[in-house]
Amino acid sequence: MQVTVRLFAGFRIGRFKEETRQYDVPVTVKQIVTGLGIPEAEVGIIFINGRNASLDQTLAEGDTLSLFPLVGGG
Amino acid sequence: MADRIYRVNMTDLTATTEDVPEQWAGLGGRGLTSTIVAAEVPPTCHPLGPDNKLVFAPGLLSGTVTANSGRLSVGAKSPLTGTIKESNAGGTASQQLAKLGIKALIIEGQPEKDAWYTLHVTADGVTISEEPDLAGKGNFAVVNAMVERHGDRTGVISIGPAGEMKMAIANISVKDPEGKIRSAGRGGLGAVMGSKKVKCIAVNVPREAAVPIAEPEKFKAAVRVFAKALQEHPVSGQGLPTYGTSVLINVINEAGGLPTRNFRYGQFEHHDKISGETMHDLIEKRGGKTRHGCHMGCVIQCSQIYNDAGGKYKSSGFEYESIWAMGADCCVDDLDQIAEADSLMDDIGVDTIETSVTMGVAMEGGLLPFGDGAGILRILDQDVRRGTPLGRLIGGGAAAVGKAYGVTRVPVVKNQAIPAYDPRAVKGIGITYCTSTMGADHTAGYAVATNILKVGGDVDPLKKEGQVELSRNLQIATAALDSAGLCIFVAFPALDIPEAFTAIVDMINARFGISLTADDVTELGKNILRTEHEFNLAAGFTNKDDRLPEFFSREKFPPHNVVWDFTGEEIDEFWNF
Repeated sequence: MQVTVRLFAGFRIGRFKEETRQYDVPVTVKQIVTGLGIPEAEVGIIFINGRNASLDQTLAEGDTLSLFPLVGGG
Repeated sequence: MADRIYRVNMTDLTATTEDVPEQWAGLGGRGLTSTIVAAEVPPTCHPLGPDNKLVFAPGLLSGTVTANSGRLSVGAKSPLTGTIKESNAGGTASQQLAKLGIKALIIEGQPEKDAWYTLHVTADGVTISEEPDLAGKGNFAVVNAMVERHGDRTGVISIGPAGEMKMAIANISVKDPEGKIRSAGRGGLGAVMGSKKVKCIAVNVPREAAVPIAEPEKFKAAVRVFAKALQEHPVSGQGLPTYGTSVLINVINEAGGLPTRNFRYGQFEHHDKISGETMHDLIEKRGGKTRHGCHMGCVIQCSQIYNDAGGKYKSSGFEYESIWAMGADCCVDDLDQIAEADSLMDDIGVDTIETSVTMGVAMEGGLLPFGDGAGILRILDQDVRRGTPLGRLIGGGAAAVGKAYGVTRVPVVKNQAIPAYDPRAVKGIGITYCTSTMGADHTAGYAVATNILKVGGDVDPLKKEGQVELSRNLQIATAALDSAGLCIFVAFPALDIPEAFTAIVDMINARFGISLTADDVTELGKNILRTEHEFNLAAGFTNKDDRLPEFFSREKFPPHNVVWDFTGEEIDEFWNF
């Protein structure tokens, strides 16, 4: 299964901006986050295909996952 | 020394002071400017005529050591929207006026003589002088002239050429601690100042001047709790200081709500070139500063020093909304061009949101191709600054240009340009645009926090459920916050950390020796909204004005392919409180 992972703000440091990753079994956001070495508590905003998502959500083939720390502006 | 109301009458060129009426005593910032405008300005008057009044008011906590308390509110009837208007800015003037015991500075009337004037505000009162040399000058030159005349520590409130020409996009600039400027941007208040023939206001405060605190120990304790919360919350403590507000470019783009090509699409192909992350890296590479405060006592430091490729200062306070408006909305993907425009707009004295959204509408009408950043720079400098016929047209704002070019996709509410979040994909902020007493204004009730950023709760941005209530609660809280003189970004910790909210109430109580409860603060917010709403109704507005332009309901907005689907009845529920 292919999933595109996009990282933003401080999550990019020492990692990447965007990567297409292969997973053999269904994978949750939490598993991907842990696999990237990002502490769960630092995850602020999660989008799957541009829709707000939660850590427990499972990804499907071709999904795009976007991860941000807690940030804001306005 | 008890606070006083300062009144400058530009018809007979006199300055007087008066006691603060009892019913104004508990008010500051927006609460006070709106109360004064509602009490003293006829709602049907021409905004640029002698009956309109321009009111400056520091917040209730301005001038104290409270973190992030240096916002200055400016109020009047708006020449852009025709509604009541409050616009606020950082800079040093709010704290200085508060330290002089000035509860509000009201400028009224209009001189008969065709001359420009400067007001000099000191501990001895206000002096009105003719100012023949600064006419036509940009804001940076005005700030420099005032510093040269009165010294480094002088506070300056000024208008550029756009304000002198009474353009509806004109803003009011406030000098910051480093001699750069911040803006009370929205609603054309610079034109009101121009109509009073006041080019600038210089403020000088004796070094020993301080705001009296009724209960100093209680005050200090609350100040510490508040500052700690601001520094501990991830948004105000880390996100904003590191990436600035433009970290939102990528966030809102990912959410599919970044209005692109004059509100046609929700994502911009070149988003990463204008993002907060890219700006952060450029600033570090070019020797700028990623952290910078717009006023003394700011601990959030969301501003920055942005240098050009040669390492020379270009802009600060380079905000998400400014970058989005000229970037995604006009399809300009060159951050340096946007920074150049930001600096030009500051100098000419025009609102970056209104002006760039106007350019997007003009591009749709065929004035320029989308993406033509150089064209925008040329029009700003050659036309808007000089007031050519084209410059005057742009100076009328997005709605005026939409009419002139026969464009149907004109993103405004009550004639004020919609900012950087599309209401179809972030429905909560759409309710705020519709119902705000100010015209389309994201800061009036920032539902983006709860819809997208997941601060202060979680309401699905693409669904209608809960949005009216969310916007109502946020608008009430914001009206109260705007009265304290606090930066809007204190809302991020205040929404998530109960102690931070309590500390705000405690600080106000200790400052004045009063005993407000959290409910009183909510009641204050409600009263401000009601006062403003009644002014608008008396000016001729109805619930039919609380609507988005038709195209939001007709045109599906990619990538989510959503439309605006609230009924009028649903929107009108907002006012049931």
